Amino acid sequence: MPIVPASPPRRRRPGANGKLPWHIALHRDWQLYSLVVVPLVFFLVFRYLPMLGNVIAFRRFQPGGSIFGEQWVGLHYVRMFLGDPTFWGVFGNTLAIGALTILFCFPMPIIFALLLNEVRSRYFKRFVQTMSYLPHFLSIVIVAGMLMQILSIDGTVNQLVKLFGGEPIPFLQQAEWFRTIYLSSEVWQTLGWGTILYLAALTTVDSTLYEASRIDGANRWQQTWHVTLPGIRPTMVTLLILNIGTFMAVGFEKILLIYNPLTYPTADVISTYLYRVGLVSNNFSYATAIGLFESLIGLTLILSANAISRRVVGASLW
Amino acid sequence: MRDSRSSRVFQVFNTIVLLLIVAATLYPFVNIVAQSFSSETYIRTGQVNLVPRGFNLTTYQLVMSDSVFWTSYRNTVVYTVVATVIAIVLTTCYAYVISKRGLRGRGLLIGIAVFTMFFNGGLIPNYVLISGLGLKNTLWAIVLPNAISVFNLLVMKSFFENMPVELEEAAQIDGLSTYGVLLRIVLPLSKAVLATMVLFYAVSFWNSWFAAFLYMDKAELFPVTIYLRNLISGASSAMSTGAGTSDLAQTAANIKSVTMVLTVLPILCIYPFIQKYFVSGVMLGSVKQ
Repeated sequence: MPIVPASPPRRRRPGANGKLPWHIALHRDWQLYSLVVVPLVFFLVFRYLPMLGNVIAFRRFQPGGSIFGEQWVGLHYVRMFLGDPTFWGVFGNTLAIGALTILFCFPMPIIFALLLNEVRSRYFKRFVQTMSYLPHFLSIVIVAGMLMQILSIDGTVNQLVKLFGGEPIPFLQQAEWFRTIYLSSEVWQTLGWGTILYLAALTTVDSTLYEASRIDGANRWQQTWHVTLPGIRPTMVTLLILNIGTFMAVGFEKILLIYNPLTYPTADVISTYLYRVGLVSNNFSYATAIGLFESLIGLTLILSANAISRRVVGASLW
Repeated sequence: MRDSRSSRVFQVFNTIVLLLIVAATLYPFVNIVAQSFSSETYIRTGQVNLVPRGFNLTTYQLVMSDSVFWTSYRNTVVYTVVATVIAIVLTTCYAYVISKRGLRGRGLLIGIAVFTMFFNGGLIPNYVLISGLGLKNTLWAIVLPNAISVFNLLVMKSFFENMPVELEEAAQIDGLSTYGVLLRIVLPLSKAVLATMVLFYAVSFWNSWFAAFLYMDKAELFPVTIYLRNLISGASSAMSTGAGTSDLAQTAANIKSVTMVLTVLPILCIYPFIQKYFVSGVMLGSVKQ
């Protein structure tokens, strides 16, 4: 007979010290544990195994060979990208696009949410919200298709250019236009969806604070600045940290769809470069080294953003 | 007096700004729909903006009579359904377990999932793994690597956490096993979050293209997003079967619009009905503290 604890199985009281021994926990909750077996296999195989697979950045990989590579080559591939001028070009592009994305895509939803919050008519507010979410549900392929249509020589944008007496511009063929195009389409896609959390946060701001500030003579702008914005600060900080965490992973799929050799000088980022090195030129180990470098920067960024924010504003993700 | 006037000015200004944002958001949709119904000559000379000109349905007939298009479309439906079902089952199981506060090892299980949000194996190791497992050119290359989204997992977890514990305890005392509690008590009460999750997963699988782009070499396995991508990038000659060759180049722009419209159509059709669910779904997962 297995030893069953004297008290009937029940939730441990909070603060009870000492953890339940594993064998009792397993005996009591085996049905719960059985539910996580398959999902755990998913995480281990499809998330953690590829992390280990990064070891091919330090080993020579042969297509068809072991997923961990054939022989150690040390830092050979790291040195390779450190001395690769193309790499430094795409590194700069990644930083530029990442920084611009945070600069534009982070504040826009906040401003939009503040404007929406001032709307008095519920129907109008809901209408605007519903419409603004729509682009979030589109495939990136459709977004690319729309961009090409609207920016084509006879497209809407060039019609406007002609209307104001300009010459039509082949936007998608010109490197100097790429970042503008990328950013505006990014704002277009993320603006509405990004407001959801802010709108939720806005409903939790204490309304007595507004009354108090009005009595103190604050005008609408001062109320926004001194009551509303501090009220949604935790949400802002959380989303900013998350944005910083995806800094390096700039819109890979979109760039892959809309860039071309003419726009490489501004459009080519680390992830698209490693896609070409790895899967087009079949240099797996070299591409893995680049990818590992990219992921490590991303991880460092989010860890430091989180630590800084915990010290400075007292809000953090964990 | 002055205050109310300036606030009225602000209201008007605000309404105009918001309407402009709505117009800018919708314009590309209206534009592709208008183009899809227009005749090619008007499109090529840039005369179609908001309303169709030279109304015709022949391109719709052309695209819909293309068997390759239908194969891709059917593939997308199959991939989306299979992937969504699997994703929902796995996500629900894991979310339910990590929502149990007293469970030994709960923190570890949460950590295992959350860490993958911040660090991942990267493109090449994933590619090598999928090829190594022999999943290339199978549905599983699309389904399995994306079977759990950690974001969705956390939304579900916090939904389960907010469920009254007493309900489950009562059911347990009445003799239901853990499986019974989950299937007969918890899930029937979780329709809102399940609907949200189905929507999120289904939309993301419907829209996905990159996994198929990487792992599918055969045209008969392509989802419609790849069909569209090849059309847009000019990688494939516009239509593989069906029409005669002479007017193919001419109708290219029109075909693109029609394919785009047909691809987003299912999303646009269900969108108004489920819109309210996903908003509450996202909020469920976020508004705590």
